[in-house]
Amino acid sequence: MSEESNEEQAPSPVNPLVVEPAVEPPVELTVEPTPEELEAACLAAIEANDRHVAADLKRRSRRGFIGAGVAAAIGVGAWEWLRTRPRDADLPWPLRRMLETNESIAMAYFSRSRLSPTFPRSRVDNPPRINGGIGLVPNYDPEHWRLTIEGVDGAPQVLTLDDIRAFPRRSMITELRCIEGWSIITQWSGARLSDVMAKFPPPKLPRYVAIETPGRGYYVGLDIESALHPQTLLAYELNGAPLTWQHGAPLRLAIPVKYGIKNIKRIGTIRYTDVRPADYWAEQGYDWYAGH
Amino acid sequence: MKVLERKHSIALRWFHWINFPLLAIMVWSGAMIYWANQVYWIKFSEPVWEKVNLAFRLAEGMAFHFFFMWLFAINGILYVLYTIVSGAWRELLPNRRTFIEAIQVALHDLHLRREPPPQGKFNAAQRLAYTGIIVMGLFSLLTGLAIYKPVQFSWLTWLFGGYPMARFFHFWLTVGYVVFFVVHVGQVIKTGWNNFRAIVIGVEVREVPGE
Repeated sequence: MSEESNEEQAPSPVNPLVVEPAVEPPVELTVEPTPEELEAACLAAIEANDRHVAADLKRRSRRGFIGAGVAAAIGVGAWEWLRTRPRDADLPWPLRRMLETNESIAMAYFSRSRLSPTFPRSRVDNPPRINGGIGLVPNYDPEHWRLTIEGVDGAPQVLTLDDIRAFPRRSMITELRCIEGWSIITQWSGARLSDVMAKFPPPKLPRYVAIETPGRGYYVGLDIESALHPQTLLAYELNGAPLTWQHGAPLRLAIPVKYGIKNIKRIGTIRYTDVRPADYWAEQGYDWYAGH
Repeated sequence: MKVLERKHSIALRWFHWINFPLLAIMVWSGAMIYWANQVYWIKFSEPVWEKVNLAFRLAEGMAFHFFFMWLFAINGILYVLYTIVSGAWRELLPNRRTFIEAIQVALHDLHLRREPPPQGKFNAAQRLAYTGIIVMGLFSLLTGLAIYKPVQFSWLTWLFGGYPMARFFHFWLTVGYVVFFVVHVGQVIKTGWNNFRAIVIGVEVREVPGE
């Protein structure tokens, strides 16, 4: 390690990139040398320089590659640690915590005044794609269908479809974005969830709204801000026609500020709650918030 | 006579080697997401997806993607700030001569032109590639945000031509990284050990005429 002291020598003025300037010729020239002597001296100087460079390079290489190896080992170790953490709702818990952090950031930025883009009628995808039948039944009975709202003052409210139709009718042509990556443009008609909530208010503003199919085959949780968004509808029509059972008849959620998974079909119960509601897909590794 | 030349600063080397696994994780988790809706030219059959263990992992892919996106973005932004502050951008950005010289590089690499093009720290083709990849990174972040929050950032989604188009760009940028990676590694192998070693230890050996 004798070269160590040379390391921080000022760079040569000729080439600022050069780390080590050439070593001075090791011989004192007192008399006029012969050409042979001169050449030998030069060769010796070059050889001395190259030895010096080779030793320096070896030292730097050893240090550099050992450092790289250690860094790579730390990286692999961190990766293995992350992958093998105990799972929280089917995800290693650090990934779940990060989704929740992302949710906090998204909720801080969220504004009810930012709307999902709307489209002209010519852009509507008809017939709409059918996807996801969890919690649906083909032979449901519309006459006996009721919507229950829990968490209001007093006993739960029980509503019929006509009660929902009595609210101001809202129509919108928006994009339904599935968490799988595809999207379709649909026309929804129905009542604003916020209108229904205003008519049957909770004692105090809850943090969440839970929505479930009759029998709780499918269930979603919404943060209150998304539930109160003006484009969040309790929809009874899709593309101008009453909902078919595959699309969630008689009443479903249309919520374009969320992925498709939150657009629950065949609503049976709406519940106001301060306890974060269970969510069918969030239990299987998906983001609970799933917001746009 | 041999000299050691400083080539890549310690900061640049760290940015480079941190980015490599982060980008790999983003591509890997992105593939799990793409599996759920393969709509572009690149499609694989289910047995292929299962063979590489990327099938039925959409939720996991999204969770990894939305974890490592922060690290990928932070590393990339710090790198760009570093090149600005340190002046390293002068060696990286294309200049007036770059486009002509890049053609010379291509002809030389294809053995159609004998004399080597001007090299400097990075030759013209490298300037274009290493600047282009950063621009691609920026667009990956922007198209990613456009499909991550298409309502809160609907103006951004609109700029990319809507949600499906933003996803389309996001996907093809990723394919671009894979192509870049293959070419980059090929060029590094072709250029040799001395050059590769410099991205690890920082210095390169150069032969200069003896005095």
